[in-house]
Amino acid sequence: MCRDCGCGQPDVETRVDADPDGTIHVHVEISGLHAHDHGDGRVHVHEHDHVREHGHAHEHAESDGLGRARRRIELESRVLERNDREALKNREWLEAHGVVAVNLISSPGSGKTLLLERTLEMLRGAVGCAVITGDQSTDNDARRLAGKGAPVVQIETHASCHLNAEQVGAQLERIVTEGVRLLIIENVGNLVCPAAFDLGECHKIALLSVTEGEDKPLKYPVLFHDAPVCVITKIDLLPHLEFDLERCREAVRGVRPDVTLLELSARTGEGMAAWIDYLKRLTERAQRA
Amino acid sequence: MHEVGIAAELVAQLGEIARREGAERIARVEIRIGALSGVDREAFAFAFPIVAEGGPAQGAVLDIEEAPLVVECRACGASTRPEYPFILCAACESGDVAIVSGEDIRIIAMEVE
Repeated sequence: MCRDCGCGQPDVETRVDADPDGTIHVHVEISGLHAHDHGDGRVHVHEHDHVREHGHAHEHAESDGLGRARRRIELESRVLERNDREALKNREWLEAHGVVAVNLISSPGSGKTLLLERTLEMLRGAVGCAVITGDQSTDNDARRLAGKGAPVVQIETHASCHLNAEQVGAQLERIVTEGVRLLIIENVGNLVCPAAFDLGECHKIALLSVTEGEDKPLKYPVLFHDAPVCVITKIDLLPHLEFDLERCREAVRGVRPDVTLLELSARTGEGMAAWIDYLKRLTERAQRA
Repeated sequence: MHEVGIAAELVAQLGEIARREGAERIARVEIRIGALSGVDREAFAFAFPIVAEGGPAQGAVLDIEEAPLVVECRACGASTRPEYPFILCAACESGDVAIVSGEDIRIIAMEVE
């Protein structure tokens, strides 16, 4: 079999086969040259190459030698079309219910859950919240977030490294109860995979803790470009680290120049007021729309 | 390794199209992976034949084309390839750009039998 295209053509091969109508085909392959004898004296030779035009080369072949017609279908469609469709359904459902959803994405250990704990406490009584939290395993996060006045559901993704729109959609009716205005989706801790899957959120929020590298946005530009809001967490640890905050800001702006940057510590409360204010404004804007 | 999940999406979509077209077998698939799609070419090429096993795409040849990131600048109007990973206009360094290609992963065409 040809190593490049797997088309079943060896370097040198002679193959004879017959069509149901009795026409004899003789195929001769000589290191890249593809010749057909149609049994009536007509022989045509074409190059058997491995570039994109290769498909075209086969278009004029009547069969593949086994009597099966091969044809080309032009598509130009998105591979994640199905997820996009589900995400659109979620987005429409959320809009119809006056709910804003944000999709929190970061590395594991960047402080998403502690930030959420404090956020739910601070928004209690002001903005109705619900939380979907994704992890490969355990419901530890859901348990940490329970009892703060917001419905919480844990999705265990098992082998998967991200949440998809279908998983989120399946929880919406249950989690978005009367009075919920803000749905916070805490994605699986991972900077790569969750960025590719639209969940139907209003927008993504990227989190980055100061215990990580300043250049992380440059290393993972897909997410940091996609997120119009970036939160730098654990800033209370700055005095103990050699973390260059200004360099980090520059890196975030390098991949997303119009980013809204928030810097906070959920532990000490520093910077939390601006974060809470941002979430309030986000939900108010949705109410007006 | 979300490439496995994405490859599974591709295989499912190919299967649907093959059914619709009344095709028995998928011989070849052409896809285009954008530089900013977050999908790794090698991991994808590794995952595809594994998830295709047992279905109409089993044994299909996978042709992967890489699409560079191209942005159109709202400030100077130039269409350029940014200096990855910075997503800035390569002509004037403005950040006010719109991505015109390289952001997603697409199926270009398939050959069926």
